[in-house]
Amino acid sequence: MPGSAAARSNYCANWSRAEPSGVDTPHTSSPTSGPSTGRSDSLNSGLKIQFSGIEKRYGMRMALRGVSLEIGAGECVALVGHNGSGKTTLLKITALLARPSKGQLSFSSGDSVLSSGDIKQRIGMVAHNTLLYDELTAEENLVFFAKLFNLPEPAARARQSLEPVGLARRSADMVRTFSRGMRQRLAIARALLASPQLLLFDEPAAGLDPEGQQWLGQTLARLHAEGCTIVMSTHGRNETQGSVTRAIRLEGGEITHDSGPNGDPYGVLALAAVRETAEGDAR
Amino acid sequence: MSFMHSTATILAKELRTEFRSRELLGTTVVFVLIVIVLFSFTFNPTSSESRRFGPGLLWLAFLFAGSLMLQPSFLREQTNDTLAALRLAPIDPFSILAGKMAANFLFLLLVEIILLPVFAVLYNIAIFPILAPLVLVLALGTIGLATTGTVFSAVAAQARLRELLLPLLLLPVLAPVLIASTEATVGLLRDPSELSPVWLTFLTSFDVVFLTAAWLFGEYLLEE
Amino acid sequence: MAGESESRIPSGPAISLPSVLVVFLLLAAASYGALIQAPEEATMGLIQRIFYFHVSSAWSGFIAFILVFIGSIAYLRTRALKWDWLSVASAEVGVAFFTVVLVTGPIWAKPVWGIWWTWDARLTSSFLLWVLFVSYLILRTLVDEPERRAMVSAVFGIFAALDIPLVYFSIWWFRTQHPQPVIGNGGSLDGRMWRVLMLCWVATLGVMTLLIRIRYRLEAMRMEVDALRLEASRSSR
Repeated sequence: MPGSAAARSNYCANWSRAEPSGVDTPHTSSPTSGPSTGRSDSLNSGLKIQFSGIEKRYGMRMALRGVSLEIGAGECVALVGHNGSGKTTLLKITALLARPSKGQLSFSSGDSVLSSGDIKQRIGMVAHNTLLYDELTAEENLVFFAKLFNLPEPAARARQSLEPVGLARRSADMVRTFSRGMRQRLAIARALLASPQLLLFDEPAAGLDPEGQQWLGQTLARLHAEGCTIVMSTHGRNETQGSVTRAIRLEGGEITHDSGPNGDPYGVLALAAVRETAEGDAR
Repeated sequence: MSFMHSTATILAKELRTEFRSRELLGTTVVFVLIVIVLFSFTFNPTSSESRRFGPGLLWLAFLFAGSLMLQPSFLREQTNDTLAALRLAPIDPFSILAGKMAANFLFLLLVEIILLPVFAVLYNIAIFPILAPLVLVLALGTIGLATTGTVFSAVAAQARLRELLLPLLLLPVLAPVLIASTEATVGLLRDPSELSPVWLTFLTSFDVVFLTAAWLFGEYLLEE
Repeated sequence: MAGESESRIPSGPAISLPSVLVVFLLLAAASYGALIQAPEEATMGLIQRIFYFHVSSAWSGFIAFILVFIGSIAYLRTRALKWDWLSVASAEVGVAFFTVVLVTGPIWAKPVWGIWWTWDARLTSSFLLWVLFVSYLILRTLVDEPERRAMVSAVFGIFAALDIPLVYFSIWWFRTQHPQPVIGNGGSLDGRMWRVLMLCWVATLGVMTLLIRIRYRLEAMRMEVDALRLEASRSSR
């Protein structure tokens, strides 16, 4: 049962091999949830999201057409579809980075609907870009974002966040010197800083080597077990799909397949994989 | 998070980034120096001529330098799309602009203060007796420069040819600042030195107008 | 979170034949008034008549730039692209009118003062305004995506428009400190001259309105063409 110390240490012991030069192999360190934020709802209640008729237009191009969807708390949703299908746009709108041209979006935690001020505090995003400052060190990056997210004792929080991702020893090195895999880990640490109830991943496995992907899969599993709502866009079959509870396929800005909150996502995932291969062959 | 707190955090980050490399500071100082020297070739720098042309050339040099070094302000946030990271945080979007404006202001003011003695020596102008009012004029003019420059840096970051675009947008808009600051400085260098209330009020009005405009409309530049 | 309003591309002709006729008649009347009917100015002679068009163009250009300000604010509030169409149309027409100002100024100055240009307050301000809105137009050519372009031009348009009074005041005050020959009627105008000036102004306002409407329609159609082009390239794959 996730949450017990024994299970945690067993699970953590299976983490991937260390990265070359100086990255710790994460072992029995505690997960990134860190000290309590003092919020009354614990990490175990993920955010519930409701999309009604979401449209996004760029010029005359429709990136999203009438997307209506409800994602329940604790679901792990995979968004599939090829480039230009609207996955990234949907994630950006969910993260409140982009405003929909039409439609409504609402978030609730437990029973209460959240105001926009509250929402950003509870969302963590790992985007296609690293969203990190190259000219600052790993620790400085995390301290900076910890401060912006209003976290108590930002310096301590930052240091604690570096351990589970295996970057504690590189905390004083500039992000500029990091490999792609290390940057991804740091980006994930940043996303998890404020103990988010909703995690958004935009193709998180892109650019990661097989070990990195394996580590990512395990991280997602742990977060899912803790009750966080996860929405991630994924391109193809990879390690990250282990925890997926629901798959949604987008094409041309519309939802074409949705395995639903209680359905089997693997049908949709397989369908998406087959379509991708077919399209790749056809080109 | 409170506006002041997030602005201060961003300001600290900006300053840390600038002063870590110090390349921008050094380059800007040298650039202004070059402009000042080149300008000196365009007229005969006798004492009276210097008093007439000097302040204008100095301010022109500051404006040019500003319009070049304000560029990185938002370009820097494009490298890894860190602007998105800032917008993800639960902060007032205007504090992103405000933090950068404050950082650019301090940076530019520092460049100007470094160059003031150099200017005084090269043009044989005694600035010590008028130092306090001179710094006041510098500060007021630089607020205008930093405010509009930061906003236009956000504008230019979304366009092509941004290195050329920022000066193109900034310099015409700052023409009133150039006039006011130059005239105020010339007034200070006169004998007896006088601090023109009209120009001071004008500079303050300029700053207030554009700070307000930046506050009202600047956020839109950060949206998608 | 609310959505943005639709901008429908208007149908029918941009300007109607009656309106063109009206403006044409106004312009004819104004020209007659300025060139023939108005009394000849005492000191400057024939060349002074250009003043009616010089000043009317300046006033109309001014109004055009105020329209840029209004359009920019309206766009930021409503996100309806039609306000952006209004802004660009007004900016271009405004620049055109100020070009007239900058050309007629020297044409006037040379015979009267013997010099092509004096850095007098109004002419200098006009020049700066011209530069400001040319920069606005250049900015627009450097941003490709329509919504982004509308957004950044709106912000810059607002800043440029707010700068206008500051430009005028600073140059005017500077000139009072450092006087120069002034282009324009130093003294007050004769009653008949006022009437002719007003007529000229109304005529130029008419021209301005027609031009803005045409340009507005052009911008709307351009957007439609771009959209069609995009659809075509999509379906051809």
